[in-house]
Amino acid sequence: MYFDSIGELFAMDGHGPYVWFCYGITALVLCVILFEARRRRLGAEQRVRGVVRRKQASANKVKGKE
Amino acid sequence: MSIWTTFHKWGSPRWFYQFSGRLLPWLGGLSLLLLIGGAVWGLALVPPDYKQGNSFRIIYVHVPASAVAMGAYMTMAIAGAIHLIWRMKLAAMVMKAIAPIGASLTFLALLTGAVWGKPTWGTWWVWDARITSVLILFFLYLGVIALHQAFENREAAAKACAVLVIVGAVNIPIIYWSVEWWYSLHQPASIRFIGESSIHPSMLRPLMATMAGMYLFFAWAMLLFTRNEILDRERNTRWVQDIVCGDDKNAESNSVL
Repeated sequence: MYFDSIGELFAMDGHGPYVWFCYGITALVLCVILFEARRRRLGAEQRVRGVVRRKQASANKVKGKE
Repeated sequence: MSIWTTFHKWGSPRWFYQFSGRLLPWLGGLSLLLLIGGAVWGLALVPPDYKQGNSFRIIYVHVPASAVAMGAYMTMAIAGAIHLIWRMKLAAMVMKAIAPIGASLTFLALLTGAVWGKPTWGTWWVWDARITSVLILFFLYLGVIALHQAFENREAAAKACAVLVIVGAVNIPIIYWSVEWWYSLHQPASIRFIGESSIHPSMLRPLMATMAGMYLFFAWAMLLFTRNEILDRERNTRWVQDIVCGDDKNAESNSVL
């Protein structure tokens, strides 16, 4: 490690808040992208299941009439 | 296999879905490894810059975010052109998938740039060519997202977005060369493909790691968003219903995130 202690690593001669904020916000935004992908995946799956349910319901109706 | 069969295969949402499913774990694992490794390297191991001090460490997140934000736009423009010329539906899905990812990365580029500017230039923001053209890139991404939502008809939305994206691509070379063409606070590129880079190799190596990591992350996210778009649009097909309802052998490869 370039720094002598963990304290110095966090302080970075006064530049610590700027540097750590940038790394933190980058990690946060990348996590939000993955989270959003997951959210959309679940939404899409739910809509597919809706289609399947409707298909089965109408198939059952036809069977009931026979 | 001729180039046309390859092209046709790539245009098939089903084939694309199955093929991308195999890539996902590699892209995800490798990108996180490179990003985390590069971040630790850049934060703690390399010595500070002789002029800027420790604030220079922001380069390891700012430059990859900016470069990939521009690369993502070019990918979106190519997808838009493919959609317009060959009417490939998958290209329209890719175009739509990239917009939110590109907007997020451009937001990161602007924000980390502002935070880097404060200790280095003494100001968060200047209206110079580089920063203003990146702000325009951000608005272009937001425009593509808004345009997609403005249309009821999917085809019309894709066509309008493709035109906007292609016209907006003129902004990319402007961003790239802005620091050379106009006097700016922003430093010119220190990494060159032709000629000698002015950055020291010890500082360059972690940058290469986070840069590669960010490109792979973008590819990963793009595939995830495109696959969601495929599931949504093809929900009336049997193969999508089999995947979601679990009757398919391929189902396990879809659980990566």
